[in-house]
Amino acid sequence: MNEIVLSIQKLTKQFGDITVVNNLSLAIPHGEVFGLIGSNGAGKTTTIKMLTTLLKPTSGTAFIAGFDILKHPADVRRSIGYVPQLLSADGSLTGYENLLIFAKLYDIPRSERKKRIDEAFSLMDLTDAKDRFVKNYSGGMIRRLEIAQAVLHKPSVLFLDEPTVGLDPVARQSVWNQIELLKEGGTTIILTTHYMEEADFLCTRIAILNKGILVVEGIPDELKASLKKKNATLDDVFSHYAEGIIETGGTFRDISRTRRTASRLG
Amino acid sequence: MTSLEHAEQPAGSVKLMEQYFAASSIRFIKKTFYIVEIELRKLRHDPTELFTRALQPVLWMLIFGEVFAQIRAIPTGTIGYLDFMAPGILAQSVLFVSIFYGIAIIWERDLGIVHKFLVSPTPRAALVLGKAISAGVRGLSQAIIIYILSFILGVNLNWSAEALGGILIFVFLGSALFSTFSLIIACIVKTRERFMGIGQILTMPLFFASNAIYPISIMPSWLKFLAHGNPLTYVVDALRGLMLAESTAVYGLTADFFILTAVTTLLVFIGSRLYPNVVV
Repeated sequence: MNEIVLSIQKLTKQFGDITVVNNLSLAIPHGEVFGLIGSNGAGKTTTIKMLTTLLKPTSGTAFIAGFDILKHPADVRRSIGYVPQLLSADGSLTGYENLLIFAKLYDIPRSERKKRIDEAFSLMDLTDAKDRFVKNYSGGMIRRLEIAQAVLHKPSVLFLDEPTVGLDPVARQSVWNQIELLKEGGTTIILTTHYMEEADFLCTRIAILNKGILVVEGIPDELKASLKKKNATLDDVFSHYAEGIIETGGTFRDISRTRRTASRLG
Repeated sequence: MTSLEHAEQPAGSVKLMEQYFAASSIRFIKKTFYIVEIELRKLRHDPTELFTRALQPVLWMLIFGEVFAQIRAIPTGTIGYLDFMAPGILAQSVLFVSIFYGIAIIWERDLGIVHKFLVSPTPRAALVLGKAISAGVRGLSQAIIIYILSFILGVNLNWSAEALGGILIFVFLGSALFSTFSLIIACIVKTRERFMGIGQILTMPLFFASNAIYPISIMPSWLKFLAHGNPLTYVVDALRGLMLAESTAVYGLTADFFILTAVTTLLVFIGSRLYPNVVV
């Protein structure tokens, strides 16, 4: 087994009386594409926000590339790439400018900037669009640009929060293809999704969360085999372990956020 | 180990510390200007906003200013009312442009842009200060337009390089101060609807409880007290002293500068503490 790059230790987050993430522990080795699966409100995004230092845990901690998220947040930030759930590229700048600013903020030396940016554009299949304004990009292109932006500094761990939410099937496939390429290049990826198909296609290992509690963790094929049902899919695994939670999931805020993302994509 | 080596060790570590602080301050300044660079690039792509924003001060000068200059209702000493008012309107436009800056912060939060900046290795204070300086750049364009308009309307302006440089500094300071104040409000209220309400409530007293369009001497004493606590008063005071050929700053340019710098520094400090909360 490869070296562990992300170690989550008893991570807990409470908002008032509600425990959104409850005593979560996970160890993720280098090179893995790890899926955090769960319905809306399961605690996926809150977990990602804590790991990316946006949110302070109520208790517990995590280590990324050896750095404690509580004690060394600045070192953690240098070691990670992050693509938020919302489409966050700046529409009033060109694709190139979006990447240039982040290359600068991540202290990539001037002599290397252009080379790294060109590499990222070509990896994400966006070279022809780099001088266009991002407001004229399609949803799939914006997502790929954001992934390019997040891998410029070659992070130890890349976080993708709902990378294909609201995308049409063609755009989704294009984003999946680029994530596959990163996976082949050995990037460790943590992604959240509530699309089982996506988890099955991309993830080497998944964890199902329900109301902030880790329900099960494993390799998708093994989880499917464990059901003792012929041709079981990951959907079956999800319903098996998350029985009764599909109906209750999703606060108004989650849904309105997803809708907003979807409507921005047009 | 000799005593000499003992003596050298602390000196060496002090030097290392100095180098460390020098390197991190340079990095801090660089990062602050990368944030400003974003704003400059946007303005270069689409400068129309600078002109549309200049419309409001132009209307104040032309309509309000011309009327009040005719009726001579406000005691402005030896200078004419339009002269008196021109620096006040510049300060006003700095205030109006900056005080709604928080809306942009909330907008960027809603788009997830703030999340990405907060996850990058950029000091929070550099993010906040960068935003403040960006507001200053916008304020600057207002200054140019109001200067030209004042000239056309016959205001007796001071064209010396010192005065123009001083105006640049105070417009920057005023923009930075009010935009950071606005950022702090945005971090507390977090939604656009609430922000709009509070922004409108604040703008009115900040503008009218100041020396922008009438002297503080005509105010009742309780309002005088408020006006002296209002940072806009010191922006106006400095601008009036610098812009007009026949006027000096009542409180003195040095006092104005230190008051505004101190308040801005304090606000940037508070803002960088609160800024991460905007995404929670």
